[in-house]
Amino acid sequence: MLRLFPLLLFCVMSFNASAAVSETQEPSALSSLVEQLPTTKLNKMAPLIENIAATSAPQVRDILEPLIEGDLYYLKSNKQVVSVQKNEQNKYELIDVLTTESLPAVKKSAIKKVRTNNRLRGQIRVLLANLDLMSVEEGVRLDALNQLLENPNQIGINLVTKLVKTEKEDDVRELMSVILLINQLQTGANEEKLAAAKQLSERLEPTVKNALVKQLDLLPKQDDTAELRKALVKSIDNIEQSASVYGLVENLFFGLSLGSVLLLAAIGLAITFGVMGVINMAHGEMMMLGAYTTYVIQQLFPNLIEYSLLMAVPAAFLVSGFVGVLIERGVIRFLKGRPLETLLATFGISLILQQLVRSVFSPLNRQVEAPQWMSGSLEINPMLSLTYNRLYIILFALAVFFTLLMILKKSSLGLHVRAVSQNRDMARALSVKSSWVDAITFGLGSGIAGVAGVALSQLTNVGPNLGQAYIIDSFLVVVFGGVGNLWGTLVAAMTMGTFNKFLEPSMGPVLANIIVLVGLVLFIQKRPKGLFPQKGRSAE
Amino acid sequence: MKLKKLIVASSIVATGLMTNFAYAADTIKVGVLHSLSGTMAISETTLKDTVLMMIADQNKKGGLLGKKIEPVVVDPASNWPLFAEKGRELLAKEKVDVIFGSWTSVSRKSVLPVLEELNGLMFYPVQYEGEESSKNVFYTGAAPNQQAIPAVDYLINDIGAKRFVLLGTDYVYPRTTNKILEAYLKSKGVKAEDIMVNYTPFGHSDWQNIVSDVKRFGSKGKQTAVISTVNGDANIPFYKELGNQGISAEDIPVIAFSVGEEELSGFDTKPLVGHLAAWNYFQSVESEENEEFIENWKEYIGDDKRVTNDPMEATYIGFKMWVKAVEKAGTTDVDAVEQAMIGVAVPNLTGGIAVMNPNHHLSKPVLIGEIQEDGQFEVVWETPDTVIGDAWSDFLPSSKNLVSDWTAPIKCGNFDVTTAKCSGQKF
Repeated sequence: MLRLFPLLLFCVMSFNASAAVSETQEPSALSSLVEQLPTTKLNKMAPLIENIAATSAPQVRDILEPLIEGDLYYLKSNKQVVSVQKNEQNKYELIDVLTTESLPAVKKSAIKKVRTNNRLRGQIRVLLANLDLMSVEEGVRLDALNQLLENPNQIGINLVTKLVKTEKEDDVRELMSVILLINQLQTGANEEKLAAAKQLSERLEPTVKNALVKQLDLLPKQDDTAELRKALVKSIDNIEQSASVYGLVENLFFGLSLGSVLLLAAIGLAITFGVMGVINMAHGEMMMLGAYTTYVIQQLFPNLIEYSLLMAVPAAFLVSGFVGVLIERGVIRFLKGRPLETLLATFGISLILQQLVRSVFSPLNRQVEAPQWMSGSLEINPMLSLTYNRLYIILFALAVFFTLLMILKKSSLGLHVRAVSQNRDMARALSVKSSWVDAITFGLGSGIAGVAGVALSQLTNVGPNLGQAYIIDSFLVVVFGGVGNLWGTLVAAMTMGTFNKFLEPSMGPVLANIIVLVGLVLFIQKRPKGLFPQKGRSAE
Repeated sequence: MKLKKLIVASSIVATGLMTNFAYAADTIKVGVLHSLSGTMAISETTLKDTVLMMIADQNKKGGLLGKKIEPVVVDPASNWPLFAEKGRELLAKEKVDVIFGSWTSVSRKSVLPVLEELNGLMFYPVQYEGEESSKNVFYTGAAPNQQAIPAVDYLINDIGAKRFVLLGTDYVYPRTTNKILEAYLKSKGVKAEDIMVNYTPFGHSDWQNIVSDVKRFGSKGKQTAVISTVNGDANIPFYKELGNQGISAEDIPVIAFSVGEEELSGFDTKPLVGHLAAWNYFQSVESEENEEFIENWKEYIGDDKRVTNDPMEATYIGFKMWVKAVEKAGTTDVDAVEQAMIGVAVPNLTGGIAVMNPNHHLSKPVLIGEIQEDGQFEVVWETPDTVIGDAWSDFLPSSKNLVSDWTAPIKCGNFDVTTAKCSGQKF
């Protein structure tokens, strides 16, 4: 019986807090508080909301959740507080938050929003998190604990002290113990503090480090605290050490991600410029066309946003590839061996394409939506999380690169391309249709630029000027890597990206860019043929 | 060019309409100096249309001083030196009575010497960094104390922010504004280590490092807020990256000075919801004047989805004030109108009264709005009264002793109150 008692007490507690049933519930108190919602000024809202939560009435969640979402309104006529849902006829369905009764739908003009701001929303989330600690779902409990970790409050900590004994999931229990240890660190006796400081030395949550630093600052300079001081300093050092390691990993990731964007932009050019030797100033516009193709696909299939990128990749390849073949057949083949004219002509084409897009779509940027799986980040630990869109784009860039490499190395088309680029006359003598190969190669390079555009549409603004932002970088990467060498392009892109990102934190994006450019210029002075120059007779 | 066209046109319409020709000569000319091509066209075209709408409206009411108003539109093409050239063309060749124009500070600085040399009159309708007061310019956009300073007060008092990140695009407006803000924050007791400043180029799209730095900066246990003077389309990747790295408006709110309804209308606003902007006007403000203005605008432009924004309100107020001042002075002569302008009051669109002060800046209310999913703003805070625009910031050592007063007896744009001297410099 004696052992049962605390359990019983705990049950009552949890019932209270979960607000399923409650003895303290006073409907009249709640309704008088809710009545004040429409008229209370924003700076007086905080205590009001706390009082509402303190009633522990079952309706608390129905009031506070719509308030966060911005769905809590009141009727202008009688100040009745309602939660609101828009229906298909553009009318608003109302539910009285106190009685949970449905009311007749009204127009927008009949209701007014209960005001909130970011600070209140944060406060409400903390209050709701305490209710969530008891949730049956593991994820909800974890979220609630994270919320509590960042905004510790006595009610929540007391609750966790009780809950930790019955918690079954390991990761939830771990987080609970961290919260309790922090609490112990802040409120316990010196020995308890010492134990907490030692145990917390492996934790990566920023709150842990803040708590340790704060304790260290508060510590009086006495002999009997020397041991605690040592433990605190050691734990902080430990955490800072892992922080710098993860910071390095994160920076590397940023660098590879920028590198993969450069790679995507340059890889098509590595074929048209690197292999064929055509200076194609309209290369950026091929990317732009790819990005716009993504936009059009999303407009055509508004219900398939999740799959739009998968559809856009082949579509963009075809669109840009087709335009590329047109350019080759219509302009470039007449300018063979005249690089200056080719440069001017393709620059003209790039302006024409930009203006075309301006006239067809409008000069304003177009909105390309990100599918769900491209947003958010992969959380590896509290110090390191990698954003999904960058992660996918790195993988995508590598996939495109290796596919292209395979095509050039293993397919008969690749064989012909290499043959023509090495010795056109000999290839023709061996019955390779060199003009046909030229058109297909140019189409391939342009198509890949289009595919790059699909990826860029997820990172940057889709507008007529999209291509211009990348054309210079693309040329730099190809020249830096060594004209005509695909591996060189890969290494060059990744090197430039990583260098840039490692310089950026200390000197800002502008200066970092300049330094990378200056470095490149010096490098090209020293080695005009890039990182991996073509060797042998074909290079001449 | 324009004159030639006019002659050709009238000779085609020919003899029967000679009266019309005579009438055309007797008009009041209003110059419109907004970029209609190039990078700024997106924003400035809207203002050109606003001026044209106001002129059409005024003409419907019978014109001004019994004459019709005739707009003269030129295109400086987002090319800063061209602003000076086109400004000269408007004043010397077209002989316009007033100019409405400019958006970026650098374009205003470019046309300023021309205005002062030829004694022209210009209305400048965009929020700017201050530190200027010319006899020939009326500034109807916000000065820093009408946008940036109240925004910081809001962050400190209502959000409880203790640490601040100042992000900006790398040009004159963000740099000057951030200088003022840094000084102001320090005067409020914020330590230097709690302020982080970062500049990015125009159109920056790779925000990974910066957002990650902001995240780290904000994880020190104190409420952190970002004050953004990032301009133009660099904002979208920035807010996207914030969302992707899991920073919500509740963790680290971003308050922006250059993101308005027009900028949001092309955006995927999901990652922006809950973030803030400070302006003197939002389309969502409910007032009779505003409803009428929005309705007129949609009808004039013929598109129900077009939005209105703060620089449009500034243009609206500027035009109404100029009309009133011309009526008061009974002439369009620049010096007479300039004196008549001071003290002119017209209703603004948010339900108050805008007054032109002796320093050529307006009294305006300051509003803070939260971005909603439909790209509109919901007002969460506003100043109880209008705020008088301050040409010279009190928080910069170089300008704290300067005042601007264009009424007698001072008649100076940069009067030093300690030495009681006007520097003689015209702006």
